[in-house]
Amino acid sequence: MKKSPFKMTKVALENLFRRPATVPYPLERKPMYPATRGHIAIDKDKCILCLICDKRCPTGAIKVDRIGKTWAIDRLSCIQCNYCVEVCPKKCLWMENLYATPTQEKLAFVVPIPYTPPTPKPKAAATPPPQRRQPPHQARRPDNAKGSAIRNRD
Amino acid sequence: MANRTIIPFGPQHPVLPEPIHIDLVIEDEQVVEAIPSFGFIHRGLEKLAEKRDFTEFTFIAERICGICSYIHGMGYCQAIEAVMGLQIPERATYLRTMWSELSRIHSHMMWMGLLADAFGFENLFMACWRLREGVLDVIEETSGGRVIFGAAKVGGVRRDVSDEVLSRIPAQLKIVEDQLRDITNVFRDDYSTRQRLCGVGTLSEQDAYDLGAVGPVLRGSGAKLDTRMEGYAAYDKLDVEPIVETAGDCWARTMVRIREVYQSFDLLRQVIPMIPAGPVDMKVTGAPKGEYAARLEQPRGEVIYYVKGNGGKQLDRFRVRTPTFANIPPLLKMLQGCQLADVPVIVLTIDPCISCAER
Ligand code: SF4
Ligand code: SF4
Repeated sequence: MKKSPFKMTKVALENLFRRPATVPYPLERKPMYPATRGHIAIDKDKCILCLICDKRCPTGAIKVDRIGKTWAIDRLSCIQCNYCVEVCPKKCLWMENLYATPTQEKLAFVVPIPYTPPTPKPKAAATPPPQRRQPPHQARRPDNAKGSAIRNRD
Repeated sequence: MANRTIIPFGPQHPVLPEPIHIDLVIEDEQVVEAIPSFGFIHRGLEKLAEKRDFTEFTFIAERICGICSYIHGMGYCQAIEAVMGLQIPERATYLRTMWSELSRIHSHMMWMGLLADAFGFENLFMACWRLREGVLDVIEETSGGRVIFGAAKVGGVRRDVSDEVLSRIPAQLKIVEDQLRDITNVFRDDYSTRQRLCGVGTLSEQDAYDLGAVGPVLRGSGAKLDTRMEGYAAYDKLDVEPIVETAGDCWARTMVRIREVYQSFDLLRQVIPMIPAGPVDMKVTGAPKGEYAARLEQPRGEVIYYVKGNGGKQLDRFRVRTPTFANIPPLLKMLQGCQLADVPVIVLTIDPCISCAER
């Protein structure tokens, strides 16, 4: 326990001759842990468009459109809290352990859902608007879509 | 008598990534008075509690602070559970204890790096942060997040940790602990470190107590108070002894934190084999009605959560008294009489987290 000006020398010398502590990305990648919360994935065949994940998501990142039959997620708002996974009645959501890929658009991830709700409202069942058949990336953003199921957040 | 000058410290200052403004009244190079002003990053989190479902608010509570995130979430849940009279499963209490201690280690190691940076010891700063990665890896492996654990939940914890992962943790932490010894020796014995820390910003035990200091600031001045001794979560089954230093200067506060890191390693060694099997959460029905104030020990000191429910899904009132908020009056006292060049170091030794203080 005495003052010494050389206490750091050992650490500094070790630092000097050791391999870097960081991984030489992108040549080598650090494996993700199975528990890592990366991004939300969906099994579109199981989803029943029940809107529960949309209503419960604390950041409002999920937008489910019953009429347009799409499930969309804003990866930039999602906080990886896992709440949607817990509340989904069909267990069709899960957390992948890879981080989401970079994106420029907010609602870039829109999944068309094949499920048809059993008792569609007469209005919605009449004639599906033709633009709904466009591929998802051209579809209108659900928050502008008619009859969108977006909750009005305060 | 020398002329008095006012030097503004912050809100943008290299030593702090967060905005706080202190007007330093100086005579020559000596600070005679420090006048703080707040409110640069007020986020209105307490008001938000009145608009969100009480279970959903856990996510917001966890984000009150980016460093002691887990204990914020856990404290909020503990307060709600007390109001609702829930007895959470035993495994959950142990996991909560484990995550609290992991978060204490990573917070203190980060702080050690920041302190080294504040007095210009870049090499030491890097060394602390490099080792902290080892702890963050353990956190990520168990909770899934690196700094925001996302594991707090009213009625238990959000994630279970498999026994296989749990059994690996002590060995992983041992590596970090062994390497940390070299670095903490530098803080303890190095000539430059001691020159910058010893006898600077002294706070007497009486002053610390009277001004309401908490955590390492209080214990660094010799008071034997640690909220973990109240025995929340699984702390009643562990052997927790407050770490006390008596000098009351910056060095004493540093030593308290360093010894607390080793204490946390020790507590983790105690707690991990004790984790019982069983469920990790329970179904929560109904809504909180009544009020409660929960007290917990964060890395930065004692934190108080006050919740008041009226039987509805939204809380009537939520309030959190964060440790930094309590440590500001002692800080102002410490700054009186110090040299201007020591101000950044003294401010850093309370481990300021201004965003927490302003919620
Ligand atoms: S993980 Fe959380 S924030 Fe992300 S989509 Fe699910 S509920 Fe919303
Ligand atoms: S993902 Fe699950 S919760 Fe969301 S709409 Fe589909 S079935 Fe419902």
